[in-house]
Amino acid sequence: MNRHLLSAGDLSRDDALLIVHTAEELARISDRPIKKLPTLRGRTVVNLFFEDSTRTRLSFEVAAKRLSADVINFSTKGSSVSKGESLKDTALTLEAMGADAVVVRHSASGAPHRLAGWISGAIVNAGDGTHEHPTQALLDAFTMRRRLGRLEGLRVAIVGDILHSRVARSNVLLLDTLGAEVSVVAPPTLMPVGVGSWPCTVSFDLDAVLPKCDVVMMLRVQRERMAGAYFPSAREYSRRYGLDAPRMATLPDTAIVMHPGPMNRGMEIAAEVADSVRSTIVEQVANGVAVRMAVLYLLLGGDSS
Amino acid sequence: MSAWVFRGARVCGGPPTDLAFADGRVVAEAPVGAQVYDADGLIALPGLVDLHTHLREPGREDAETVETGTRAAALGGFTAVHAMANTDPVADTAGVVEQVWRLGQVAGHCDVHPVGAVTVGLGGQQLAELGAMADSAARVRVFSDDGHCVDDAVLMRRALEYVRAFDGVIAQHAQEPRLTEDAQMNEGVISAQLGLVGWPAAAEEAVIARDCLLAGHVGSRLHICHVSTVGSVDILRWAKARGIRVTAEVTPHHLLLTDELATSYDPVFKVNPPLRTAADVTALRDALADGTIDAVATDHAPHALEDKETEWAAAAFGMVGLETALSVVVAAMVDTGRLDWAGVADRMSLRPARIGRLSGQGRPLEPGAPAHVVLVDPAARRVVDPAAMASRSRNTPYAGRQLPAAVVATFLSGRPTVLDGKLT
Ligand SMILES: [Zn+2]
Repeated sequence: MNRHLLSAGDLSRDDALLIVHTAEELARISDRPIKKLPTLRGRTVVNLFFEDSTRTRLSFEVAAKRLSADVINFSTKGSSVSKGESLKDTALTLEAMGADAVVVRHSASGAPHRLAGWISGAIVNAGDGTHEHPTQALLDAFTMRRRLGRLEGLRVAIVGDILHSRVARSNVLLLDTLGAEVSVVAPPTLMPVGVGSWPCTVSFDLDAVLPKCDVVMMLRVQRERMAGAYFPSAREYSRRYGLDAPRMATLPDTAIVMHPGPMNRGMEIAAEVADSVRSTIVEQVANGVAVRMAVLYLLLGGDSS
Repeated sequence: MSAWVFRGARVCGGPPTDLAFADGRVVAEAPVGAQVYDADGLIALPGLVDLHTHLREPGREDAETVETGTRAAALGGFTAVHAMANTDPVADTAGVVEQVWRLGQVAGHCDVHPVGAVTVGLGGQQLAELGAMADSAARVRVFSDDGHCVDDAVLMRRALEYVRAFDGVIAQHAQEPRLTEDAQMNEGVISAQLGLVGWPAAAEEAVIARDCLLAGHVGSRLHICHVSTVGSVDILRWAKARGIRVTAEVTPHHLLLTDELATSYDPVFKVNPPLRTAADVTALRDALADGTIDAVATDHAPHALEDKETEWAAAAFGMVGLETALSVVVAAMVDTGRLDWAGVADRMSLRPARIGRLSGQGRPLEPGAPAHVVLVDPAARRVVDPAAMASRSRNTPYAGRQLPAAVVATFLSGRPTVLDGKLT
């Protein structure tokens, strides 16, 4: 495996499966009364969050603590630059502290790549701008495998704001590596120019895709996108691309519904769909801890220099 | 004044000859006592002329000054540069352009011709006093809001018309602003992968098309800065075929580099207009070769380290280019068989001087011509070392890259500014 986890595209099939299998093992331990492992005792994991995301930060924090690592939370709201301290300065501070791993969430695409050039510890991308969110893709794959028993050949539809979604980018890359058949579904305005080069099929018609998928992953769509003329109104978006109960009924019987959260109920997903038995939304949160434990374990556990 | 003779120089790649000059002019025969410089195997070209240089003074002397920028220019073989107007204060009055012009005279490494802003404060609202700048000691002939597009069609039309009175030219930075809000890099496969806001080629092409039509309508001279796309080339070809008086420049980096470099997220590759695709690079090379694009211009854009050592989106746009321009043109155009040395002289000296209406620059090296000369070693190979540059800034995209050819000497009015590859 690479020293850092910056992009889901950096993971080979063997790397990805190793993470998923390791997460399975670690999830079993999490079911025991004493959940802690001594694996990362004496190692320091910094949660460097430039963007608000309590869910993701907590997930990494719990994961690191269950592996007995020392956890430092370093949160800076908004852009570091607007606060006067540059990303470079922050990196030098962390380097001086001797961070073994830095989990970074940043509003700028590529910020983790920059940090990787300035810090000797392992960098874990916890979401960078509109680029990637690899641990989300890993926990999604983990969740699919737990529910459906396999990943190879699974038909997965990713629906919503593909253009601005880091979850979509990471999922397309990872699921392709793992042998799933991915399609992305969105209005053409929310599809990146250049999407044709991605390892997936592209559709503008949700109703045509739903009967042929094992997994439908709904992405958050911000109402503010309306201001950029990406779609005429929230209602029209919801009507054409939202997953409501009648649409859900067109899915094959065993198909599951996923959402990385936070949800816009009534926008991309109806409340009765989010709360249905097909929904994996609560499991995704729980699985996030096991997957992030596996990532930290594999990036840091190997040697204890 | 001193006299020199370059023994065995190949003028514009021609057969070896003795190129002599005295009292600042090329002469047919070397006068007695002329200093002899062994130019065996070296190419002599008329001093290079840059239509597009950011010298940053006044305002950002931490990034570059007229002194350091013109040192870099001399090392790159330039004997004249056009200093862009986006300084602080903006070069939108006779006072500021004269200040920059005088700083150039004092530095003495090459001629500095200030470019005047088209609109007050580059604000795109009101014409700057173009006539006053034209009449000033700086004798401004090139006007540009570079860094900003003159996007108001009426204002652009008026500017094009107005400068006809003194044979000026409007140099347009073609960038439709609404289509490029927050844009970070060329819109395409790579921007989709990297999650960086895309900069569509159409945002450049639409403005070029509009301005060619306007220039044709009013019969004015138009110059297009840093052309970067296949589509722009097509429009220019069409406009020139129609007899529209449009000229265009391309930067060295757009002739060599592509948007795939952005995958490093290193903002040293962040530039305006953005690096494009391999297909664009090929079209730009072909257009420079066939004359559709008239000139190479560096768009030398120095930036302080802290403006580049950041996240991609937070970084400033721009690359330094004066010290590598000739080598990059050799790599992209000469080594690929598209231009010979006479062609290099034409695109980097003769034509840019003509566009800028610099009568004393860009003249063939014949008796009587001003002795602005650059000697180039075509066989040299060098690895670009940012730390060794004369520019105050280090934001070169070629660090560690091996480039062909090297400037051995630069002479300004018969006086060496660079000798044996070093500033005098
Ligand atoms: Zn420009």
